[in-house]
Amino acid sequence: MQKSGAEILWECLVREGVDTVFGLPGGSVMPIYDVMLNYPVRHVLVKHEQGAAHMADGYARASGKVGVAMATSGPGATNLVTGIATAMLDSSPIVCITGQVPAHLVGGDAFQEVDMTGITLPITKHNFLVTRADEIAQVVREAFYIARSGRPGPVLIDFCKNAQVEMTEFEYPDEIALPGYKPPMRAPREDLQRAVELIEEAERPVILAGHGVLMSDALEELKIFAVKTQTPVAMTLLGLGAMPASDSLSLNMMGMHGEAPCNLAIQNADLLLAFGMRFDDRVTGNLRKYAPTAHKIHIEIDPSEVHKNVHVDAALSGDLKTVLTDLIPMLDEYDHDEWLAQIGEWRRESEDRDILFWPEDGQLYTAKVIHDLWEATGGDSILATGVGQHQMWAAQYYKFEQPHRLITSGGAGTMGFGLPSAIGAWFAHPDREIWLIDGDGSFQMTQAELATAANEGANVKIALMNNNFLGMVRQWQEFFFDSRYAGTPLNNPDFVKIAEAHNIPARLVTQPAEVVPAIEYARQITGPVLLEFRVEKEDAVYPMVATGAALDEMIRRPDRRSKAVGV
Amino acid sequence: MPRTLIALVEDKPGVLNRVTSLFRRRNFNIASLNVGRTEKPDVSRMTMLLDSNDADARLVEANLYKLVNVIDVQDVTNQPSVRRDLALIKVKASPEQRAEVVNLTSIFRANVVDVAPESVIVEITGTEDKVESLVELLRPLGIMEMVRTGQVAMVRGNGSGIRYTPGANGNGHEENKKPIKS
Repeated sequence: MQKSGAEILWECLVREGVDTVFGLPGGSVMPIYDVMLNYPVRHVLVKHEQGAAHMADGYARASGKVGVAMATSGPGATNLVTGIATAMLDSSPIVCITGQVPAHLVGGDAFQEVDMTGITLPITKHNFLVTRADEIAQVVREAFYIARSGRPGPVLIDFCKNAQVEMTEFEYPDEIALPGYKPPMRAPREDLQRAVELIEEAERPVILAGHGVLMSDALEELKIFAVKTQTPVAMTLLGLGAMPASDSLSLNMMGMHGEAPCNLAIQNADLLLAFGMRFDDRVTGNLRKYAPTAHKIHIEIDPSEVHKNVHVDAALSGDLKTVLTDLIPMLDEYDHDEWLAQIGEWRRESEDRDILFWPEDGQLYTAKVIHDLWEATGGDSILATGVGQHQMWAAQYYKFEQPHRLITSGGAGTMGFGLPSAIGAWFAHPDREIWLIDGDGSFQMTQAELATAANEGANVKIALMNNNFLGMVRQWQEFFFDSRYAGTPLNNPDFVKIAEAHNIPARLVTQPAEVVPAIEYARQITGPVLLEFRVEKEDAVYPMVATGAALDEMIRRPDRRSKAVGV
Repeated sequence: MPRTLIALVEDKPGVLNRVTSLFRRRNFNIASLNVGRTEKPDVSRMTMLLDSNDADARLVEANLYKLVNVIDVQDVTNQPSVRRDLALIKVKASPEQRAEVVNLTSIFRANVVDVAPESVIVEITGTEDKVESLVELLRPLGIMEMVRTGQVAMVRGNGSGIRYTPGANGNGHEENKKPIKS
């Protein structure tokens, strides 16, 4: 049957299971928008295309499905770029569909023409330029397959306007024709054997669980592996939830703002088992001093990540779940009592020394507010964050017992990710409690999406930590630039009024006693609600591993107990 | 020692750009790059010479595999293989000097493919070393212009190159040779 290119696009999207699309129309996608009304798809109108990309990303992370963002050519498409790069660095499966000028005008600098396949080449897993209607079905099929398979990532389809209106025979392709795309699944037997030998020899092993554990759904296998070999589990920021925070084998977050026992365990280990993580500089600290006594085993679906930052002794390229399933039966049970006792000692020392003490000085502390939020929500809400101090405190003080609860920009560190990604997560899980913890700097970057939240009735509760600073940069200035606060103080608008201007209920919280009631108030409301917390201005995130320092050379938390006692 | 990598890629618009963009993005140094057609109409073949060590060659291979359009990558550096580079060299040659040029050319089994009143064009095919030697001998006479194709390589007999990342793109793994079902 003859259909237009735009119709074929929607036919294919519906077959891929797409029911929600985040976008903003314009000249070069009008035929696509026109026929959209004939298909069972919810279109979420954003206020800026960056929001569309982040919403698709948040949707993908919360649902495990592919998120879809749509924009017109030129500036509409370039506005997606930050969101695409964010998804690329965090391996999030999204498909971005952009309009393009008609094929015969491509290359002629026509109105709103920008070379999107060129611009997005290094920040997409793959991209396509569609110039004819008869290419569309195959391209859409391949785009979704590439986005979600192997190491997931963003795919862009740049869609010439002539191809949207051309009529052609529609036939849904049965086969995918990608001769050069076969992500590795299983690791070779000899590599598995090598890993088994290293595991047998180990006395002080640590598992480094990354985003890959969640993406390949290897939670059960991780748990079995950890218990069978009595190996503690450290997690990356994006790996939080891979192991319940309360599990006795969990070391929680590693890295620059990881807890002391976790970083100490890594530095003193004699075997690191990296599961679906890529040794980002934020988790290794100084590479030359990183885990100097440890053998390393790397299980990773992307072979280009192996030996990239850290040279490893055994590399198992493959899907984590599959590789672990192959590996576990090859292992005996092990005890590492001495090692776990040592870690327990570090843990006690750290709990004694630097966790969960705030001065009772009448000020609000972001970490304490997040702790209260964690208690109030039973640790079970989906939590989106912006980027900065609040993000690190959220990772430290909101204890994740479940996977896919934290939605945060790790690799790219994209400020402004929070609000749109929270809205995207709500579309994935409209029945779940969704909180956004954001900073005043991050929030204002994509604040325009408050209107989208209001329009869509997105049930997102916003906890805005207002310290009148770009806090993380301010912290670095305090530590490393002699407290010269260049460009970091924020002269903020009245956030409560901004929320109210969008018909979003809002409350200002300035006293410690108001925190829990405010959280309860927000939880009673269906639809968006904003709580502004005026928090301590010059608080810092601890522990901290400074750039160039080894992972165990941490700036620890100052002892605040004496102050607290004094009050 | 320079590494020689061979990549088979889909013959589609923009694929060369994807490959070169990857080298730029990951900061890999290419000494030469040759692209040409193969026995299959929809497959092109690239031969790359890289100034890199084993570890970098491995990373280049793994990164090339990440490109959806790249079908196969082999490192043939240490394999018995035929390597050829072709050069066209325009040498300053007055009628008196011509004999010397022709003489050198014949020693190297190269060809004089054009003669003009004040210059000749020499065509030489061979390994990089051989081409290099002739160039050095011709240089004192005055090289006016030179172009080289960059090295192409083919493994002798039925052999193939090394693949550092078994499993990537199905190389060395039966499980991965199953047809893809969505």
